[in-house]
Amino acid sequence: MLKQYETVFIATPVLSDAQMKEAVAKYTKLITDNGGEIVYEEDWGLKQLAYPIQHKTSGFYYLIEFKANPDFVNTLEIQYKRDERIIRFLTVALDKDAVAYAEHRREVRAAKKNAPAAEAPAAESKVDAEIEEEVEENKED
Amino acid sequence: MATPENNSIRYLNPPTVEVHKKKYCRFKKAGIKYVDYKDPEFLKKFLNEQGKILPRRITGTSLKFQRKVSQAVKRARSLALLPYVTDLLK
Repeated sequence: MLKQYETVFIATPVLSDAQMKEAVAKYTKLITDNGGEIVYEEDWGLKQLAYPIQHKTSGFYYLIEFKANPDFVNTLEIQYKRDERIIRFLTVALDKDAVAYAEHRREVRAAKKNAPAAEAPAAESKVDAEIEEEVEENKED
Repeated sequence: MATPENNSIRYLNPPTVEVHKKKYCRFKKAGIKYVDYKDPEFLKKFLNEQGKILPRRITGTSLKFQRKVSQAVKRARSLALLPYVTDLLK
């Protein structure tokens, strides 16, 4: 029986983009290799920490929602502990309200993401219309 | 000014009656079922300036959601989204 979990980890800010991607890939692979499935991923980017951890004041946050066997969480956390790139992590089991909330949050974020994207084509089409008008005017000339 | 004579106490100013505003649980009112630890701005409503969790008697949160708020605040603290101790949080 797969259960839904959510894990957030903070990686050291010294990593390059490629190294960060590699770290993310490692954990997503770990989840899928152990019979789990990724539901959602979210990159929060470099964020300021509320207090220093290991003398670092910022870190890369990354959120993964996944379904997995309850036994798997322990292996995941052991991997986190052995990884020097990870300075903090938190894994939380999601109950049904949390799953509903997570889905809603995803939709809202997707809508937000699409909203500027939706505006941009609209703006483009406006520009296109203007261009067409100009073209028509030119034709009249 | 026609004050009735049987009224023994006369007030210069009308006595101020405290209007007791009923506290309510904002989660129950808004129908929120899950308190998210990933939203520190929302959780700050339940903290004082030093980053301590405010008691229910001040926020009016019901016991069920106070437990969830406290759990969420503690998770946010461990992820360095909220400070454990601070001054002038707001």
